[in-house]
Amino acid sequence: MGMTLTEKILAVHSGQREVRPGDLIDCRVDFLFANDITAPMAIKEFEKMGVENVFDPDRVAFVFDHYVPNKDIASAQQCKITREFVSAHHLPHFYDIGRSGIAHVLLAELGFVAPGEVFVGADSHTCNHGALGAFATGVGSSDLAAAMALGRLWLRVPESTKFVFTGQMRRWVTGKDLILKVIGDIGVDGARYGAMEFSGDALTQLTMDERFSITNMAVEAGAKNGIMEPDDVTLAWVTPRARRPFAVVRSDPDARYADVHEYDVSSMEPVVSVPSSPGNVMPVREAAGVKVDQCFIGTCTNGRIGDLRDAAKVLAGRTVHPQTRLLVIPATPAIYRQALEEGLVQIFLDAGAAISTSTCGPCIGGHMGVLAEGEVCVSTSSRNFVGRMGHRSSKVYLSNAAVAAAAAVAGKLVHPDEVVRDMVPA
Amino acid sequence: MTIRGQAHILGHHIDTDVIIPARYLLTSDPAELARYVFEDLDPALRQRVRPGDILVAGENFGQGSSREHAPLAIKGLGVSCMVARSFARIFYRNAFNVGLPIVECQDAHGHTSEGDALEVDLATGQVTNVTRGEVYAGTPVPEFMQRLLASGGLVGYVRAELARKRT
Ligand code: SF4
Repeated sequence: MGMTLTEKILAVHSGQREVRPGDLIDCRVDFLFANDITAPMAIKEFEKMGVENVFDPDRVAFVFDHYVPNKDIASAQQCKITREFVSAHHLPHFYDIGRSGIAHVLLAELGFVAPGEVFVGADSHTCNHGALGAFATGVGSSDLAAAMALGRLWLRVPESTKFVFTGQMRRWVTGKDLILKVIGDIGVDGARYGAMEFSGDALTQLTMDERFSITNMAVEAGAKNGIMEPDDVTLAWVTPRARRPFAVVRSDPDARYADVHEYDVSSMEPVVSVPSSPGNVMPVREAAGVKVDQCFIGTCTNGRIGDLRDAAKVLAGRTVHPQTRLLVIPATPAIYRQALEEGLVQIFLDAGAAISTSTCGPCIGGHMGVLAEGEVCVSTSSRNFVGRMGHRSSKVYLSNAAVAAAAAVAGKLVHPDEVVRDMVPA
Repeated sequence: MTIRGQAHILGHHIDTDVIIPARYLLTSDPAELARYVFEDLDPALRQRVRPGDILVAGENFGQGSSREHAPLAIKGLGVSCMVARSFARIFYRNAFNVGLPIVECQDAHGHTSEGDALEVDLATGQVTNVTRGEVYAGTPVPEFMQRLLASGGLVGYVRAELARKRT
């Protein structure tokens, strides 16, 4: 009996010929990381374990992205703990502000993850990296500490479910809309504990940027990992970046899936998740008209160059509505630089957007762009739980970057066609 | 191992943001975290919970972020055990790793009322509602996870593993 892509990677990394869903395995980890919120706790646990050194300094990264630049003394203290650990252990892969970005975007960009690998992070959106054909999953700080000590992690082999996208992608419809649609259909626990494998010829039309936003949100359906078989687009993206030799792994033709869901993307429209669950998904047109106080384009889900380009298409020659504010946060310094070179930053500034250094920023409601009582935000992020971006009565709508940009211009939720059409000469 | 306590009932799909909002993630001290636990869900809940009490939730408890602060904050509140129809996977791991016993049980939620006296058997996953005289079948905690709990969480377990390897 064949194995899925996820099962094959886990078999190789646990030294077995074959694994089956439900097996408890002791799995070798190729690379791991923690961020400024999860690292201090992982370090504390690591030190309690009585281990002198991390298993391999070249396979561990620390990335500051959540509360940076530090918002207060407490967050500065947290970063200090990590900085001291990094220098005491001479760890080479440390990303402090200025050179740092949102971990999931930055670490892929810098080639720390490659097809066929096992990648573990103390952050739930680590599943992001599955777009490269790797097994990537988020864990808590203690698990990360154990992996830091042993270079291994115990895992239960997940059941795989397949999502097949066919057809032709339409204007304003992106990878984000595909994954929101799936989460809306199967629910926020529809893939709980499982592996989501994405495939189909519509995927080949997507850039890596869009593919990452799909696997990034697998966790919003409760999945352990999201994954895609590498194709030419993947290899063109990853080969010049990868820091280690890698071997592409594919699902066996007779692999077993718990379920298969098929989607024809030709009929899809841009969608939003309405408050307060990523699973409350509807077409933008049905939610249109909601007045918006703030729009936010950024995050590990949609802060990549492709997202900024989509936003710029809507914002070029237009301005942010006087009763709305727009925040744009490129996910990494390299993306920021590219946006500058392409003139996107100019477009955002001209439109009246606030642009910030690379950080998670408003996504977790901790600093920058925190929402007041009753305020509404259209955000390209991945979570719209109660209180996620600020006051517990504030509301978050999740969308793609073009929809968020259109809402910023209109001051209300609208289909991007409503904004862009206005300006097209008759 | 059997745990006894009074039940508090929670809903479905409770996410880590309402368990412990990100604005309070600047400490890993359980007692400090417990001061803010469930703030955006029901700020009065933490006043009602006494040390030793048991939380009973519906589907997918702990969905969302990987913050280990979530089970830690619940533990800091003095909760002895959690029962839910299902747990989100990272929360599930984290709970065992910090030594917060949790049990998956379909029927406890829906049959149990606020304040009922419960007995939870971790080995069998069985939940007994002493107040009502009812018994609900649950999923046994895997043996590996029981060993984790017995070592006081993952740290204790890794220490023991390393010691075993050294000898
Ligand atoms: S951008 Fe948001 S979802 Fe992504 S890692 Fe940062 S806080 Fe988490």
